Amino acid sequence: MNSDLIRELKALLGPAAVLSLPEELLMYEYDGSIEKSLPDAVVFPSTTQHVSSIVKIANKYDVPIVGRGAGTGLSGGAIPRAGGLMMVFARMNRVLSVDYENLRAVVQPGLVNAELTRAVEHAGLYFAPDPSSQKSCTIGGNVSENSGGPHTLAYGVTTNHVVALQLVMPDGEILRIGNPHGDALGYDLCGLFVGSEGTLALVTEITVRLCRKPEAVKTLLAIFDSIDDASETVVDITARAITPAACEMMDGWTLRVIEDYVHAGFPLDSAAVILLEIEGLQESVEAQAAAIEEVCLAHHAREVRLARDAHERDLFWKGRKNAFGALGRIAPCNYVLDGVIPRSKLPQTLRRIYEIGKAYDLRIGNIFHAGDGNLHPLVLYDPRTPGKLEAALAAANEIIRYCVEVGGSLTGEHGVGMEKSELMPLIFSDDDFALMRRVHDAFNPNASLNPAKIFPLGKGCGEIRVRHTGVHGTPSAPTLTPVAGALHTAQNETVVTPR
Amino acid sequence: MPPTSTNLVERLASAVGGGRVRSDVATLAAYAVDEVTPGAVVKPASAEEAAEIVRLAIAENLGVVPAGGRTKMGIGMPPMRYDIALDMTALNQIAHYDPGDLTVSVDAGCTLQSIDAALTLQKQFLPLPQGFGEQCTVAGTIASGVDAHWRQFFGTARDFLIGAEFIDGTGARCKSGGRVVKNVTGYDLHKLLIGSLGTLAIITRLNFRTFPSLTSAESQAGIFVAAFPDARGAVAFRQNIAASPFTPDAVELLSPELSKLFAEFRPRSWEKQVTPLSTWFSRSQWNVVVCFHGTPDLTARYVTALNQRAESAGAVAMHALQSAALDSAGGAGEELASLNARISGTARFLRDASAGAAIFKIAQLPAKLPELFAGLAEIAAKANVPHAFCARGVGAVYFALLPKDPAPYPSAAVAAVAPTQQEVIAMDAGLSEQALADLSRACGSIFDLCSKQSATAFIQFAPAALKRRVNVFGPERSDAAAMRRLKSAFDPRNIFAPGRVFT
Repeated sequence: MNSDLIRELKALLGPAAVLSLPEELLMYEYDGSIEKSLPDAVVFPSTTQHVSSIVKIANKYDVPIVGRGAGTGLSGGAIPRAGGLMMVFARMNRVLSVDYENLRAVVQPGLVNAELTRAVEHAGLYFAPDPSSQKSCTIGGNVSENSGGPHTLAYGVTTNHVVALQLVMPDGEILRIGNPHGDALGYDLCGLFVGSEGTLALVTEITVRLCRKPEAVKTLLAIFDSIDDASETVVDITARAITPAACEMMDGWTLRVIEDYVHAGFPLDSAAVILLEIEGLQESVEAQAAAIEEVCLAHHAREVRLARDAHERDLFWKGRKNAFGALGRIAPCNYVLDGVIPRSKLPQTLRRIYEIGKAYDLRIGNIFHAGDGNLHPLVLYDPRTPGKLEAALAAANEIIRYCVEVGGSLTGEHGVGMEKSELMPLIFSDDDFALMRRVHDAFNPNASLNPAKIFPLGKGCGEIRVRHTGVHGTPSAPTLTPVAGALHTAQNETVVTPR
Repeated sequence: MPPTSTNLVERLASAVGGGRVRSDVATLAAYAVDEVTPGAVVKPASAEEAAEIVRLAIAENLGVVPAGGRTKMGIGMPPMRYDIALDMTALNQIAHYDPGDLTVSVDAGCTLQSIDAALTLQKQFLPLPQGFGEQCTVAGTIASGVDAHWRQFFGTARDFLIGAEFIDGTGARCKSGGRVVKNVTGYDLHKLLIGSLGTLAIITRLNFRTFPSLTSAESQAGIFVAAFPDARGAVAFRQNIAASPFTPDAVELLSPELSKLFAEFRPRSWEKQVTPLSTWFSRSQWNVVVCFHGTPDLTARYVTALNQRAESAGAVAMHALQSAALDSAGGAGEELASLNARISGTARFLRDASAGAAIFKIAQLPAKLPELFAGLAEIAAKANVPHAFCARGVGAVYFALLPKDPAPYPSAAVAAVAPTQQEVIAMDAGLSEQALADLSRACGSIFDLCSKQSATAFIQFAPAALKRRVNVFGPERSDAAAMRRLKSAFDPRNIFAPGRVFT
């Protein structure tokens, strides 16, 4: 990378806020996906003005920028496709203000998701989007990916909780969109920018809605001797329009792996469990819990266990949220999918996933947001065994295709990034891409922010600026991941710091 | 507007068939937007036919304005070019309904009523605003960006619109989102269509998540109304509910003037007659309406708690009603239906109160409402223009300036004709120069006030004459350039309702 650029960045931010030595950069080669790609330099802005200045400097040297929160993302959104500058928001991690009366908070993008709830829970409030990685992922990252989580079933995903953003545009302009109230005047720009995976602008300030903690909570663990019974139960709960706050399913095999790690008290001999949470007013929680228990028993649940206290409730959730960590202990590699399907298609889709696993001789675990049809099949494999990586990729591909076939989609909450960009034509036509491309170019015309993401590489991407100049100024050949190679193993969903 | 050549009508006819193109004066007048009439009205039978028309419009550089039930065509600025009215009402099928998944996919021209009928059979519903008349279409409702009173609980369309198909400004048929309730595949372009007033794309199909009906075997709906002598009490009651664990469907604050309109409401001759409710809404007082639903023991708890909380906020009169079924013959069911007709039709009450009504939609944080109310009342008093307003508990305020000049609307003559023709007649009911000048000055003051109080405001409904003096979107905003870039990404040739949102 151009040494003048590094010098300018250090002059702006101080030497400690700019990393460019190869050994310093290794930490930033990963996110939560399997993709690996080194940035040429990493910068740590402390203010919006810094962000704007960095963008202008990078433009001067024609170097692209990728934004990054904690790097827990699962689709390669926060690592460069091919070098450039990485902007890490770790130093912009403050709660700027809280409006308790109107249930709003203004935060910086590097604030860790769970920290916001911690800051406001004394007033009985919380921030609803709760990705499994919420103890480490940042709200800026949540905004870029439009992250979900178990409780988004009832409360909506990130976009439903963001009312205004301060952005730094690719030319360095600082722009505010949305308003504290949240009703868009004119076009819903927040609706577009949330979930745009860092391809349109850098987010420097976020105004979010806060929620009031419910009066009553009940957590149920329904235990089944058959996966079909469990998935039919989910279908029936949805069809009866019972709306739990969360409805998570884990198959028996996955459960045993988790139990071995977390000791949550999950039954070791079951075929599947559903973890359900019901929240709201006392009367409504009672009525819904009774209705849910009835549905579970009608579908041959062996037992419906009510969490006795907050401790047991936390334990159940610890088991769920640390699942990916637990799985990481037993398989050298796993590849986590994020397909989403109409909920009525759950039983047939799960059956198909197990068939596909059998056909490829691969273990596929399932632990997922059943209530909103968001599957997370985990394809486990050992890349040292010849042919297993290819088999895992082929199986993953087949599962995603099936999700699309039954009316579903590629990704429910992890994002497209570079991991799923080549699958996009399963959903979108050339006309769809052309429009998305024009929208992209309207804000990021030179693809200077997060280039070569979301859009399939083959789709005439004017944006694929693979202008890799190498860390030490030696131009190196661009290495663009081929279609199949884009899918590798996934890392722990709860990774705190990228390795 | 130059008269459209017969040639164009012929070319349109060759694209969609002669029976689907009309250019007679009466038809054109019925599609006028702010006194601007189109050159032709085309009613495509399919999304592909609609795309054909768009391609023709691109080739000939013609302005296209999509239309549905034409109940809210006056929202936005007048189109600068309006050659073709694209009537989407022939696309009226429910394309896909998966009750077990609680998702539905509907064609643009489906009326809200027809969707509601299909969903009701499965004990489900869509919480879109139903108060704009039975001919309202789903795409018109989305493109207009209007909200519903029950947004307090269900959110607005951006929270439950999950995908869309549409024709962009290059004539291509595109889509965004999907039919699943959780999805981050590609940009959320469908969210941009909400409130876009037909300026970005022609919507052909919309996908929604649906919700369980408020009333069922297990659930009943309830309404509570409390009267307060002043705004302070009404606001205190709202704050009290907001700080409670209760999650009502709607909380609506009605100014005394709107309370009076509610109390005196009589349906028009062609509409379903409803029980009069003069005792429910105190004419000279603030009223707060709270809607809720749940199991009978829960709704009973609501009534008790609301009574206590209203009383402690200084309520002087309280009414409550719960019903197991809305359509039970007579009694409570009728009364509830009558209440619902009012609560869901606030905008219509305000519009009907004066031919010259200028209705602001102001978005403000709820705790800042008292300050806003005071400022608005002061401006109206200074301009000597009567006003009435409704503030939703979430902070969306519909504030209407209701000039007395000319005759109150609807006049007997207007009331006798069908709703879509009323728009046309209403436009003829012009205001005097003086009244217009007063009105536009007051509008300017309201924009200033909102900007000072960090509220966002636009004039949702206004007579065409006022729009010649006032931009309904207020002063230029810092994000206007971003909006224009978006408009040209969707519609590079600027053929969709040019000028209606940003010029």
